[in-house]
Amino acid sequence: MRSGSPRALVVFLGGRLLYSAVVLFGVLVLTFAIVQLVPGDPIRLALGTRFNQEAYDALRAASGLDRPLSEQFFSYVTGALTGDLGVSFRSGQPVTLLLLERLPATISLAVVGLLIALLISVPAGIWAGLREGRLADGIVRVTSQFGVSIPDFWMGLLLITLFAGVLGWLPSSGYAPLAEDPAGWARRVILPALTVGLVAAAILTRYIRAAVLEVAHAGFVRTARSKGLAPSVVTGRHIVRNALVPVLTIVGIQLATILSGVIVVEVVFAWPGLGRLVYDAVAARDYALIQGAVLLIAVLFLFVNLIVDVLSAIVDPRIRLS
Amino acid sequence: MSNEQRPTAEPGSGGVGPIGGVDRLGGPGRAGPAGLDGSAPERRVASWRLLAANPVTVAAAVVLAVVAFVALFAPWLAPYGVNEVDVAGALQSPSWAHPFGTDDLGRDILSRVMLAAGTSLQVAVVSVTFAFCIGVPVGIISGYVGGWLDTVSMRVVDVMFAFPVLLLALAIVAILQPGIATTMLAIGIVYTPIFARVARASTLSVRTEPYVQVAQTMGTPWSRILRRHVLPNITGPLIVQTSLSLAFAILSEAALSFLGLGIQPPQPSWGGMLFAAQGFVTQAWWMSVFPGLAIFVTVLAFNLLGDGLRDVLDPKQRTRMEARHR
Repeated sequence: MRSGSPRALVVFLGGRLLYSAVVLFGVLVLTFAIVQLVPGDPIRLALGTRFNQEAYDALRAASGLDRPLSEQFFSYVTGALTGDLGVSFRSGQPVTLLLLERLPATISLAVVGLLIALLISVPAGIWAGLREGRLADGIVRVTSQFGVSIPDFWMGLLLITLFAGVLGWLPSSGYAPLAEDPAGWARRVILPALTVGLVAAAILTRYIRAAVLEVAHAGFVRTARSKGLAPSVVTGRHIVRNALVPVLTIVGIQLATILSGVIVVEVVFAWPGLGRLVYDAVAARDYALIQGAVLLIAVLFLFVNLIVDVLSAIVDPRIRLS
Repeated sequence: MSNEQRPTAEPGSGGVGPIGGVDRLGGPGRAGPAGLDGSAPERRVASWRLLAANPVTVAAAVVLAVVAFVALFAPWLAPYGVNEVDVAGALQSPSWAHPFGTDDLGRDILSRVMLAAGTSLQVAVVSVTFAFCIGVPVGIISGYVGGWLDTVSMRVVDVMFAFPVLLLALAIVAILQPGIATTMLAIGIVYTPIFARVARASTLSVRTEPYVQVAQTMGTPWSRILRRHVLPNITGPLIVQTSLSLAFAILSEAALSFLGLGIQPPQPSWGGMLFAAQGFVTQAWWMSVFPGLAIFVTVLAFNLLGDGLRDVLDPKQRTRMEARHR
């Protein structure tokens, strides 16, 4: 059968890569525009009260803003592709360096958050999906609707109030690098990761429930039941396994969303990741840093989505044929 | 590549999966115009009956009516002035005189929560209206006309979807000055592509309907086809999307204000009140609990209303809009 051939997969991957490249180019144009669209002189604004002519001239030359627009764009794109994102308007340090310093904190928070989300949502979603319309399903649906509607920063504040204030079990905020102080890191990551994870769990649960429901009503499941297979076999082998592909997609998107959406949570918990960096950069009007951070987050987002697409196509032949 | 196959992780965006997967749970491309048979007026009556029969939807609508009432009449209803400082009475726990307690400046939190409702709703309504008015025409025209116009506009939408909502809003605020107008514009821009996508997906399914094809054969001008035949038949998904977007807009505004980049003091906002409460979480729980509860209840009501509307107006796509915001 030609449809299952590796050729179909290669064509699919090629198309997907090309598509990502087109979107990436658009992302580059949009992030380039950030500095250009600032009304007034971005360097003067960034320097603020620290303005003096030498610093201004040096920064302007270093950032290349004195060159023609087309030249600036070209050097921005080539720089971005080679990992050079210019220098911070505030500290004068390379933007790439500043971003890389913050990346481990964000990744560690996102991964723990996703783990918490999966530990909650997979059992809850499957459980609810298999009990459609019953009390258990109702409870799961209501709880996840609550989780979708709760502002994450508010949940963070409530968790701090409870676990750091009332109970005094955990520190309210702060960070310790995982490699240097694993115990300190673990104590500090729990609350922000719970905040991120509970919100993500609410969304994941709804999708897993829907995916399970969809498969549970499929013809092959009815066939499996009617030929007398044990319910646990039908659930495990037929329903859950087939529901996994759409779930994989959502998990990937959730990871991308978490990676890029931790801004507020990092601010609440003083977690020194990318989100906190963006926030500080906006407050300091450090446009080069804002530009670099926004680009990095968007690229991470695209990259995770690409990986998820490729994985789904490998797992499910129907996708690469669509 | 069809519309359903693009990565989205936005609130209420069409199709949540980058590929296949979630579309099998009900992709946007297959969104039916309306889930009920019968002529348009009959359908409308039946829809209202179905809506009224769902107690959760009715409760959500009542809650929203109360929030809207408070928002409109807060200046007369609030027991204290919004910026009535009373340093001697700072950080009081809830009492009969101050049911929600007082903040670090001795201001009455209940009054501030009531007055902030107006700000939040105003920002949400203006920004969603903006997103609707730009996104829907773009989506309808690009879905109906197709070709390069469709390709280009949908590629632009894809690029915008590559940025998480809050990040894009932050970038816009960073370019302009923080304030209520910037907040509205930022949230409006961020949610525009969602409306474009929903409108386009629905248009694609309506375009092949016999009544549209007959109108085309008869030489009806396309502007008239869009107004008379396409738009009325895609209102279901758009109404649902509007309700859900209002929920997400309130969350986004609260997040921006919480970061100090949205509504600026002294104008009260729920997010701004939570920002101020940060330093007092362990001493004065009421400072963070009540404004947060106000956001939560309002967002929940919009979400539940959106779900109820979807079950009635757009039953084919029950799961597709449940993606994330933030």
